[in-house]
Amino acid sequence: MKKMKLVMVGNGMAGVRTLEEILKISPDLYEITVFGAEPHANYNRILLSPVLAGEMTLKEIMLNDVDWYEKNGITLHLNKQITKIDRVARKVIAADGTEESYDRLLLATGSNPFVLPIPGKDLPGVITYRDIHDTNAMIEAAGKYKHAVVIGGGLLGLEAANGLKLRGMDVTVVHLAEWLMERQLDKTAADMLKKSLENKGLRFLLRKQTTAILANAEGRVGRLSFSDGEEIPADLVVMAVGIKPNDDLAKSAGIHCTRGIVVSDTMQTYDPRIYAVGECVSHRGIAYGLVAPLFEMGKVCANHLAHLGIGRYEGSVTSTKLKVTGVDLFSAGNFQGAADTEEIVLHDAIGGVYKKIVLKDDRIVGSVMVGDTGDGAWYFQMLRDKKNVSEIRDHLMFGQAHLGNTGHQGQSNAAQMADSMEVCGCNGVCKGVIVKAIKEKGLFTLEDVRKHTKASSSCGSCTGLVEQILASTVGGAYAPQLNKNKPMCACTDHTHEEVRMAIRDRHLLTIPNVMRLMEWRTPDGCASCRPAINYYVLSTWPHEAKDDPQSRFINERAHANIQKDGTYSVIPRMYGGSTSAAELRRIADVVDKYKIPMVKVTGGQRIDLLGVKKADLPKVWADLDMPSGHAYAKALRTVKTCVGSEWCRFGVQDSTQMGIDLERAFAKMYAPHKVKFAVSGCPRNCAESGIKDVGVIGVDSGWEIYVAGNGGIKTEVAQFLCKVKTAEEVLEYSGAFLQVYREEARYLDRTVHWVARVGLDYVKQRVIEDAEGRKALYGRLLYALQGEKDPWRERAQGAAKHEFEALTV
Amino acid sequence: MNAPEKVRAMDTWMKVGAVEDIPPLGARVVQSTHGDIAVFRNAENEVFALLDKCPHKGGPLSQGIVFGRHVACPLHNWSIGLADGEAVAPDVGCAQRFAVKVENGEVLLNISK
Repeated sequence: MKKMKLVMVGNGMAGVRTLEEILKISPDLYEITVFGAEPHANYNRILLSPVLAGEMTLKEIMLNDVDWYEKNGITLHLNKQITKIDRVARKVIAADGTEESYDRLLLATGSNPFVLPIPGKDLPGVITYRDIHDTNAMIEAAGKYKHAVVIGGGLLGLEAANGLKLRGMDVTVVHLAEWLMERQLDKTAADMLKKSLENKGLRFLLRKQTTAILANAEGRVGRLSFSDGEEIPADLVVMAVGIKPNDDLAKSAGIHCTRGIVVSDTMQTYDPRIYAVGECVSHRGIAYGLVAPLFEMGKVCANHLAHLGIGRYEGSVTSTKLKVTGVDLFSAGNFQGAADTEEIVLHDAIGGVYKKIVLKDDRIVGSVMVGDTGDGAWYFQMLRDKKNVSEIRDHLMFGQAHLGNTGHQGQSNAAQMADSMEVCGCNGVCKGVIVKAIKEKGLFTLEDVRKHTKASSSCGSCTGLVEQILASTVGGAYAPQLNKNKPMCACTDHTHEEVRMAIRDRHLLTIPNVMRLMEWRTPDGCASCRPAINYYVLSTWPHEAKDDPQSRFINERAHANIQKDGTYSVIPRMYGGSTSAAELRRIADVVDKYKIPMVKVTGGQRIDLLGVKKADLPKVWADLDMPSGHAYAKALRTVKTCVGSEWCRFGVQDSTQMGIDLERAFAKMYAPHKVKFAVSGCPRNCAESGIKDVGVIGVDSGWEIYVAGNGGIKTEVAQFLCKVKTAEEVLEYSGAFLQVYREEARYLDRTVHWVARVGLDYVKQRVIEDAEGRKALYGRLLYALQGEKDPWRERAQGAAKHEFEALTV
Repeated sequence: MNAPEKVRAMDTWMKVGAVEDIPPLGARVVQSTHGDIAVFRNAENEVFALLDKCPHKGGPLSQGIVFGRHVACPLHNWSIGLADGEAVAPDVGCAQRFAVKVENGEVLLNISK
């Protein structure tokens, strides 16, 4: 089939990102041609300020060099401005006469800087700040002249001023409004910003209107005059008073524009063959000037250009970070507040810290921060997710709940870390390495950083820190992934919830059926989605769906834990941590017979046999003659207990028996992730019930049940769910809790993550308030567990032989 | 992974079992003088052979999840191409390949190449 022709006008970040997305999902659909007016390939425009400040070089900010276009078969025309679109003949025409026909046209013409219509605006030495050319002009001027004036105290103006100051110029910022960055900051924050920039040597003239730019004797810019009659010297004037969408080309072709090319939610213009993305676009009446929304547009646009027809761009909430080294500032959403909003404010004027969170209906709608912006990414994520924060409101101001607390030297603020400090303790990645990778490789998302540096890709404890580093390095270009729209993996655009719903509503029983009906992009998924779908079909349709061992991670396929040397560990079940002389003798005999090199007591009150050869596993299990402990599975692990009222002089309940009963009832229960229980016989809580998925604590009058605790990456104290009287109730309430988790959480969510997302109130409503619902949930769990066989016994008797035997020549 | 048309006399093709002995989207191990060799079978019934050692930290690739023409190492989830042994970028590394072919439902492995 002959390829369709896609022509792109404009060669900036938004457009090229769209092409990258198309190449990713449908690489053979189009023959692609790109026209760029600049002489450069695609570079990272948001890093022009570090280049001006002398912190980076032009070479370092290239995103796609000329080779990239060639490697992907894209025809690239640099230095060629398209001046006409012939929509009837479907071709574009460049200023030099070059013509190119198209089946689809993508307009990514960006924006133009706004130039004040005042006398002297065209004098030599008066420039705007938009591209490499402008940046070079500023660097050159800084080497020759003394007085620089920046008109405009917005983001770009301040970054330009800072850069020129660092290059040795004497810099004055002239600003019309009452305070700096009035579109991103409130007055308090702006005053603090002004003070810290003044400490760096910048001068400010606020509420000043420039009326004319006056020439010197050589005909170059010499002075600036203001409406109040004052004049100041100026050898270089940078106009940074705003941008406007560059829609001239589209307008001249008769495409509907209103301050930008008007597009639908699919990024289509009024001409169905023509799409537009980036700063040139007007979407629902808004033109965006930050990178993050442009990337979201690119993703949607690519999807539609690739004929997949999924996804709508529904507008963006943007955030701002000022890229001035040493000045920490963050702003997002509605930071000013209104009559129907509430504010939480922390202001330490001497310490230089100001944080304001604006709330509406228990949700964050805006935030502005100066001095300590470490939690900016976290607030922004919750803002975008529209997360209800009523449960965490009292400590919202004091930091990040999802930041782990091990493996990075107790640090919680990336800005205060030196480049040489370790951020990711699992993979040994330092802050400097992450910053370097983000800049040099043009990374914008957490996923990108994980792929390239491995930071945050193992236990995830440092994810918050990595996000902070990402946010401060790329500034406004950083947008956390929307939690609710997050696709399962790269094989699909569907979320976990959508897949679960389809499995339930359409009675899907196999992985291939799910993938076919949900239009998976890959023939048989990947190592991430297959185990998830396997769990979803099995948990939704117990006794109907058939397990696919090849879609299970090796530990669950081999029913033992793989170790770094390829051997396995075996942990038999000991209900409630109780065992017997006979069991211990068999364990000792197995250790001798199979020369097992290490025997260790686990944290979950059982015994771990380490270093077992895979081929020996079925024989070891046969000789042990004990049930599988499922220590390798996303399933019920242990029920840890204290000795309780049978022996302990303080015990008020028989916690050991309760633990044994719970473990007997729920053993073999698979779940989205591992599940740990503990039962303590009195509030001294020796079994550490406070950090378990389900923690039960005996009190004189019954049992207290706590849920969603975690003792791992981030120590999370379990939350009180309810108090019950009898052991039967403990089983029913905790079983119902687990069943909601099993039916609704995303695969690999621990209970703590799931409850944090849905809220404890929701859990209480399902498990406590709705008595009938609770009984039904508990019934479904018991039904799912009915007749579940012990995997070790089956394999000891010869099942799945091929898994444990090598092929022989 | 595809076998040459003619087998040179000095090459030795060894029968290691039937295709059905390897689960689809799975692997079996063949113990050889070169060390363990993982023989994979994908959904299209293509068969591949790699040294059972991830180029990253030596994880047994035979134990990984097979998808498309890749396997995910069970230790740290590197993706390794079954046909060329190459790690998927940005990771860098290569697992040694061995010639393998299927004739009349029999899997034949040649560890001399």
